[in-house]
Amino acid sequence: MDAAGKMFLKHANPQRFLGLSAVVLPWAAGATVVLVTAGVYLALFASPPDYQQGETVRIMYVHVPAAWMAMFCYSIMAAASAAMLTWKHPLAAMVAKCTAPIGASFTFLALLTGSLWGKPMWDAWWVWDARLTSVLVLLFLYLGYIALHNAFDDPGRGSRAASVLALVGFVNVPIIKFSVDWWNTLHQPSSMVTAEGPAIHASMLAPLLVMAGAYTAYYVWVLLLRVRGEIIAVKIRALQMRQAGG
Amino acid sequence: MRLRHKRLTFIVIGLGLLAAAAALILTAIEDSIVFFYSPTQILEGEITTDRRLRVGGLVEEGSVERGQDSTVRFRVTDLMSAVPVQYTGLLPDLFAENQGVVAEGHFRNGTFQADEILAKHDENYMPPEVAEALKASGQWEAIENSLKKSGAFE
Repeated sequence: MDAAGKMFLKHANPQRFLGLSAVVLPWAAGATVVLVTAGVYLALFASPPDYQQGETVRIMYVHVPAAWMAMFCYSIMAAASAAMLTWKHPLAAMVAKCTAPIGASFTFLALLTGSLWGKPMWDAWWVWDARLTSVLVLLFLYLGYIALHNAFDDPGRGSRAASVLALVGFVNVPIIKFSVDWWNTLHQPSSMVTAEGPAIHASMLAPLLVMAGAYTAYYVWVLLLRVRGEIIAVKIRALQMRQAGG
Repeated sequence: MRLRHKRLTFIVIGLGLLAAAAALILTAIEDSIVFFYSPTQILEGEITTDRRLRVGGLVEEGSVERGQDSTVRFRVTDLMSAVPVQYTGLLPDLFAENQGVVAEGHFRNGTFQADEILAKHDENYMPPEVAEALKASGQWEAIENSLKKSGAFE
């Protein structure tokens, strides 16, 4: 455990991160462009309409990966927050902080596209069922995290307070995931995880998975950009302090 | 090192306690979390029915009767019991027999007077040709059964 921790710390120092991320960055950007292009083409043109939903099914290709990323980003944020509180590692703190606005955007996108789908399919823009409500709570957790981060003059204190909130809020992630199984909801259960395998035809599963790949590549790309910016900002602040002091 | 272990232990125990607390709370308020009740829950008197509530299930096959002035009567079933529903107004596009539905309203003389009907979409996604092919080859039953099983209409 400690050996692994030391290995992690050795390879995760900010200076090393700048070098490593400079190599990964163009690949993540390239993967995003290629996968988004392929995904949008597959989702909007090269996939069939649904036997019930018709063309409205195409909203699913934007909505479902956004909802996955909303939970994935929160999990990353919570894990990085735990690492930050345990090892006081600056890079973990930056990953958590930089993930928050990206995750919040994915959550907002999932809520927005879900609403646009709900009106023609359910005949309601919004209902207070367990799935929709728990995802709205997720958005508020992200916004609360961002607000708490900025609420202190001392960035260290803001970071610690927000990390605790991120960890407490992590309880919500399994609630979102299993809400459709635990309670009666208007939202349908998962099409991916069923006893009989995915309840979604291969011609629709393919664009969905490509879009999920596109969103993931986009997250990696933007996260690296933001963390690099954060490291450089810290360096600039340190230089300014030194100049002001000397 | 020791401090790190302490902090990690603290986080793990804290999260465990929090999860337990959340589980207890959610179990305690389960009745207000569910979006709708099944016909069986209603007929067995599990909940009070002299108030506004939602009934959910499948639209029973062959039960839809369209009356005058866009009034429609049908039965909502969870395959164990069924509740008669009456509704006046526009129905959602996905409203059909054997499809999921959630009706909001109240009971009057044993009939559920709905003032809002929501369609509940299932988790099956396929192109129309595949749906036709499945129906033609007789495999549609299997899908419908899995739909009924997983539709949370127990």
